[in-house]
Amino acid sequence: MNEIVIQTDKLTKRFGDFIAANEITFDVYKGEIFGFLGANGAGKTTVMRMLCGLSKPSSGAATIAGFDIYRQTEAIKKNIGYMSQKFSLYEDLTVMENIHFFGGIYGLSGRQLKEKGEALITRLGMRNETKKMVSSLPLGWKQKLAFSVAILHDPKIVFLDEPTGGVDPITRRQFWDLIYDAVERGITAFVTTHYMDEAEYCNRISMMVDGEIKALDTPANLKKQYSADSMDEVFYGLARKAKRNL
Amino acid sequence: MKSSIPDSRFWAFVRKEFLHVFRDRKTLLMLFGVPVVCVTLFGFALTNEIRNAKIVVCDYANDDASRQIIGKLAASREFQLQNPLLDYNQIETAFKQGDIKMAVVFPANFNRDLLHLNEAQIQLITDASDPNTATALSGYATNIIMDYQQELIQLQGLPYTINTEMRMVYNPELKSVVNFVPGVISLILLLVCVLMTSVSIVKEKESGTMEVLLVSPFSPFGVIVSKAVPYLALSLINLTVILLLSIFVLGMPVNGSFLLLYAVSTLFIITALSLGLLISNITTSQQAAMLVSLMGMLVPSILFTGFMFPLENMPYVLQLFANIVPAKWYYIIVKSVMIKGLGFEAIWKETLVLLGMTILLLVVNIRKFKIRLE
Repeated sequence: MNEIVIQTDKLTKRFGDFIAANEITFDVYKGEIFGFLGANGAGKTTVMRMLCGLSKPSSGAATIAGFDIYRQTEAIKKNIGYMSQKFSLYEDLTVMENIHFFGGIYGLSGRQLKEKGEALITRLGMRNETKKMVSSLPLGWKQKLAFSVAILHDPKIVFLDEPTGGVDPITRRQFWDLIYDAVERGITAFVTTHYMDEAEYCNRISMMVDGEIKALDTPANLKKQYSADSMDEVFYGLARKAKRNL
Repeated sequence: MKSSIPDSRFWAFVRKEFLHVFRDRKTLLMLFGVPVVCVTLFGFALTNEIRNAKIVVCDYANDDASRQIIGKLAASREFQLQNPLLDYNQIETAFKQGDIKMAVVFPANFNRDLLHLNEAQIQLITDASDPNTATALSGYATNIIMDYQQELIQLQGLPYTINTEMRMVYNPELKSVVNFVPGVISLILLLVCVLMTSVSIVKEKESGTMEVLLVSPFSPFGVIVSKAVPYLALSLINLTVILLLSIFVLGMPVNGSFLLLYAVSTLFIITALSLGLLISNITTSQQAAMLVSLMGMLVPSILFTGFMFPLENMPYVLQLFANIVPAKWYYIIVKSVMIKGLGFEAIWKETLVLLGMTILLLVVNIRKFKIRLE
């Protein structure tokens, strides 16, 4: 568990006078589920967007899967998967067409697409849905499918931006089973979430308040440190100190 | 690794874009339906009118020759004679009142002039608000009159001449049909390329899939190029459909080189695609993209291309403004190649203008796109 896959050093993003993310420094180890928590507007998405190459940092350094965030963006892109907070499959394409498209733009060959596509369908139990339009699937299935598609090319790291928004607790639990499954295959998961019960599923958690990381540890240690019974209490204890308007 | 060279990833993307297009049946139907319906309706309306066109006769002569010619006109299937008029001044009223397409006027002493002077006049007055019909009808009538003249010459062995004097009312410059097809082509290409492209890109921004694409190793430039491919293909198919209809339904041949027409059309399509891209860059919702495309692009194109409203009649400022509308230049090119049958030497200036606009738009796009990604 000691190989570092994400390393950031004083990563900062300014929008004019506003500092959205201030000197963010942390490490993520291979094969862990890293929870990235914070209230709305705390800067979670800004950090994640910088790590994915969607936005350029104002200052600071970071490496993803050993590649430099400024100079080796192409190499980084090949080694990460991404699932955005908006639902990110094509509604007017069928399940199989979505799988083939996303696999295709990561350069998977026809044979790989077939094998991986089959495995994915079997794992999700969607044998009868392959020819259905994604728009006709229930939200929970869509999200499971979106996650499976995001890791179809076996990335080193998968970034999940509030992946379980709006789904019921049972589907959420099933979704987390998929994440565990992926982690067992050696993929590192970087997850942002609002749900504190989900925070408990993570190996380690960072809490962002006002653009800065205020706490970073395992859920158990955090609860001990803040003498709280649940992650909820830890979160409220930290978020209450926020100065930014929520 | 740069991924601008077409590889398997590129084709996966193009395939997906085609799927989007084919899934959206309504839009597809509209894209192909509109030009087909426009051109076909127009064509059939024309062919129907040329059979049994209603004409009136104003016969001041009322002699053997005039009656014989009138008999021939009445017997032809092209014409359907209405009640004759007694006074020349009634003709205008007849045109205004009904569906009269042509008036044939015989001067007094028609037969006598013909026999004594070997020469006589007939006046054909046509309603040129429908220019194709007007020319066709006066052509038919002239043929019938010439037939009569031939018969007379053979019969009498004397060189008789009947002169037909044409007069067009309402639209003497004969504008519309010949302008219609090039106009429809310009508008459809704009519709497909500007509107469809901008909406399809903005849709990805709206739904969040654009982020997923930008996170993938697929280059942003590749995203744009592969989005353009289906619309380029659709546009060329649409162009072909319109040309086929205009040749086989309207009987309006392409007088110039097909190769030249397609080459210049491809250039115009690229101009329009770059415009669509620019619109998708400055808007964030499908509605906004649609509005900007329609108001900012299609309306000026309809107004300032010259096919609906003659540019010469516009105030000088508007004439100047028309120069920045790409469709204006393309329209001139299509007319020159298709109708006048001119070659590249006649249209190189207009082509150069389009090329300049395209390069400018692409440069602006690339700059904008880079900024957006930072």
